[in-house]
Amino acid sequence: MTTFSPSTSTEVLSTIQWAAAEESPLELLGHGSKRGIGRPLQTEHTLDLSKLTGVTLYEPAELVLSAKAGTPLAEIEQLLAENGQQFAFEPMDYGPLLGGEPGQGGKNGTIGGVLASNLSGPRRLKAGAARDHILGVAAVSGRGEAFKSGGRVVKNVTGYDLSKLMANSWGTLAVLTDVTFKVLPAAETEVTLAIRGLLDEAAVAAMALALGSSAEVSSAAHLPERIAARVAGGKHGSDAATLLRVEGFGPSVVYRIEALKQLLGKAGPLEEIAGEASNAIWRDIRDCRPFADGGTRPVWRVSMAPSQAHHMVMALRMQAAVDAFYDWQGGLVWLSMREGDPEADLLRGLIRKHGGGHATLVRASAPHRAALPVFEPQPPHLAALSARLKAEFDPKNILNPGRMAAGAGSATLARSTEGAAS
Amino acid sequence: MSGLAMPKPDAETLRRRAEIVADMRIIVPGEGVVDTANEMRAFESDGLTAYRQLPLVVVLPETVAQVSRVLKYCNERNIRVVPRGSGTSLSGGALPLEDAVLLVMSRFNRILQIDYPNRIVVAQPGVTNLGITTAVEQEGFYYAPDPSSQIACSIGGNVAENSGGVHCLKYGLTANNVLSIEMVLMNGEVVRLGGSHLDQEGYDLLGVMTGSEGLLGVVTEVTVRILKKPETARALLIGFPTSEQGGQCVADIIGAGIIPGGMEMMDRPAIHAAEDFVHAGYPLDVEALLIVELDGPSVEVDHLIGLVEAIAYRNGSTTCRISQSEQERLSFWAGRKAAFPAVGRISPDYYCMDGTIPRKELPRVLAGMRDLSAKYGLGVANVFHAGDGNLHPLILYDANVPGELDKAESFGADILRLCVEVGGVLTGEHGVGVEKRDLMPEMFNQIDLDQQMRVKCAFDPNHLLNPGKVFPQLRRCAELGRMHVHRGQVAFPDIPRF
Repeated sequence: MTTFSPSTSTEVLSTIQWAAAEESPLELLGHGSKRGIGRPLQTEHTLDLSKLTGVTLYEPAELVLSAKAGTPLAEIEQLLAENGQQFAFEPMDYGPLLGGEPGQGGKNGTIGGVLASNLSGPRRLKAGAARDHILGVAAVSGRGEAFKSGGRVVKNVTGYDLSKLMANSWGTLAVLTDVTFKVLPAAETEVTLAIRGLLDEAAVAAMALALGSSAEVSSAAHLPERIAARVAGGKHGSDAATLLRVEGFGPSVVYRIEALKQLLGKAGPLEEIAGEASNAIWRDIRDCRPFADGGTRPVWRVSMAPSQAHHMVMALRMQAAVDAFYDWQGGLVWLSMREGDPEADLLRGLIRKHGGGHATLVRASAPHRAALPVFEPQPPHLAALSARLKAEFDPKNILNPGRMAAGAGSATLARSTEGAAS
Repeated sequence: MSGLAMPKPDAETLRRRAEIVADMRIIVPGEGVVDTANEMRAFESDGLTAYRQLPLVVVLPETVAQVSRVLKYCNERNIRVVPRGSGTSLSGGALPLEDAVLLVMSRFNRILQIDYPNRIVVAQPGVTNLGITTAVEQEGFYYAPDPSSQIACSIGGNVAENSGGVHCLKYGLTANNVLSIEMVLMNGEVVRLGGSHLDQEGYDLLGVMTGSEGLLGVVTEVTVRILKKPETARALLIGFPTSEQGGQCVADIIGAGIIPGGMEMMDRPAIHAAEDFVHAGYPLDVEALLIVELDGPSVEVDHLIGLVEAIAYRNGSTTCRISQSEQERLSFWAGRKAAFPAVGRISPDYYCMDGTIPRKELPRVLAGMRDLSAKYGLGVANVFHAGDGNLHPLILYDANVPGELDKAESFGADILRLCVEVGGVLTGEHGVGVEKRDLMPEMFNQIDLDQQMRVKCAFDPNHLLNPGKVFPQLRRCAELGRMHVHRGQVAFPDIPRF
């Protein structure tokens, strides 16, 4: 068992060339903040990228930042904040949910990990995910070849967008060495409008109404009654809270909050939460704080059409005990399985029945992660295409083998369930 | 056609043309197969009109099953296929090949679903970009990416090219506004990427498909996100004595945390051509003209207009008009939107380029272009998506003068080399196609290009779909698949096997 800790791109390249020649699989690690997601790996060697660090280019006026892939996200976010900027996609911190502490010692994940897991947050609804903000990458494929894609400019259609292909690839296609992201100005003001006491169905309707208005709501979440007290230290009480975030220049935020109040005045009692208090709520929603109980009960992250997800949750509740809350206008469901069984087949079957989507088992014991597909299985043609793509990047299957699905080389196993065609 | 090498036509395919046409008529009955030279003439080129070629046969399928059968048929017989939407590509992405079936998707022209609660529209690929907005505007919604060909270009083509437009600085490109596609692979398999939810499971194949220029699959359905129209929009028309001042103003606006809905710049030749054509009231004594559009609630727009006006003044603007009515706002845009035809009036022909540069390099690139203009003896006018650094130099030439097209192309290539040299890219939104294919090595080395071609191999291992586009040199997938790694000189001597 050896841990390689390269500090330059050249060292990464020679490590992968060695591993490819030896056909010796590697586990890719940054800070290990998301190590608990995916099938457990059993590789002889580890590639620790946390020493491949440094911001290599930051031009605030050009809205662009480049960094070595192992640079701590916390360090970059700090730098951006000093310049009044941010990653608009609001990358979540899995630390609290998976047992770490947020931002502790700057070990809440690397910038490479942000892309490899396609992180986002509540602002995903309006601003997109990491995949929408990546401009360029340099990486080493499992073939032991250093390649680049994209560039440092926003508008670029030169060649295939291999940078996006790195998003959500969980280190199974290539080892990122450099990433270049678009950055954006941070909002001057933030106010959250809370509607209290709604049931899921009414909350989803209120959020759709708000998002269908010109109030430019940047985030919309619903915390049911049992959940609301678990954000922001419980200071907003335990009544169900349907939350709408409005960001921008001061006068505009005031105006748009007023417009939302007019629109939603009849939905339920309204509260305004401003500034840091608002910020704290969205940070906790982003990081799935309500289920960050230090335990190991299974937690799912489910993406569906916003109007459908709560119907699926209702159907699921008839067969399993779950806690749930909603982000992304209702389209992102965080599910905690109270009885310890992930109920993967039941859940995924219900998702298909309610218009489709995908479920990722983001927290589970190692045996569960070994036995169940952590990532949503794909229909056969698509799974085969993904497997061919994996083989084109990593023919010897040396990069995080099996992390996304069981079976050598295949990125994702074909769905085993009958009648699973798309 | 100037010296552009396309893949050598396959003699066997050409010989069997009659049989292939007959088989196509079986797969796509009715009016869906066009095979006479006269009728095929309409399809011989796209928006890059310098290149023309009649296809083997034109096929216009109506159903996904037909698309699947055509591709499977061609795949099994080693017949090339060129997909085409509305044929508005400016880079020759839909240029036919003599031995290839031209698969025209224009009969896929229906909107399948409008879903306001989830703010999505599901459309067939032949629906025009503007057609999507038209379908939802009554309820106050629109589809944000707005390429200037939006009245004609198809949403399937937008996916193939990752189309942009003047609003993409604030609202993103096609890739940021598409949730799902259904596509057919060259082997006839139908796959769906994404859905009515956010983020695709597994690898981001949707991200790779968007902007793949018809080389990976044929799109048969597209799901896009729609947005509520901003309450209001107003624009500023700002003139500067130098392009440096205009460029600095753009940087300062963004530096102040303002992301305008649109931010466009024109240089002196473009300003004059546009003003002569549409009489928009542009100032003629400036070197750079900036249009800044702000959209949102009027309280926000008014607030930001004050900020932008002050920034412009600090940067030495000599004129600054603020639109007081919707009519005036549109008049500001009239000149910019007519810039291409306006330039078409002052020159027999023009050649539109499409590089992107880091914004701060604008003065250097404009100066470089002036030098190149003198060197080649050809005029150039510039329109510029200033917010995102996307330049559209229009090179003025006369195709009837022998050698001028070649000269214009060389001039264009030099401009793109300059863009790459300053940290930019070959194409911001028009695509590589055939036009910039041979310039790809300016930006990518052979390893970079090989890895891109390996992606192609996963989708279309026989290189049958739209060959001759994007990649300067096709390499067989078997050859690309070989591993050439040797044990590296690793800086980790603690490994026992070293």
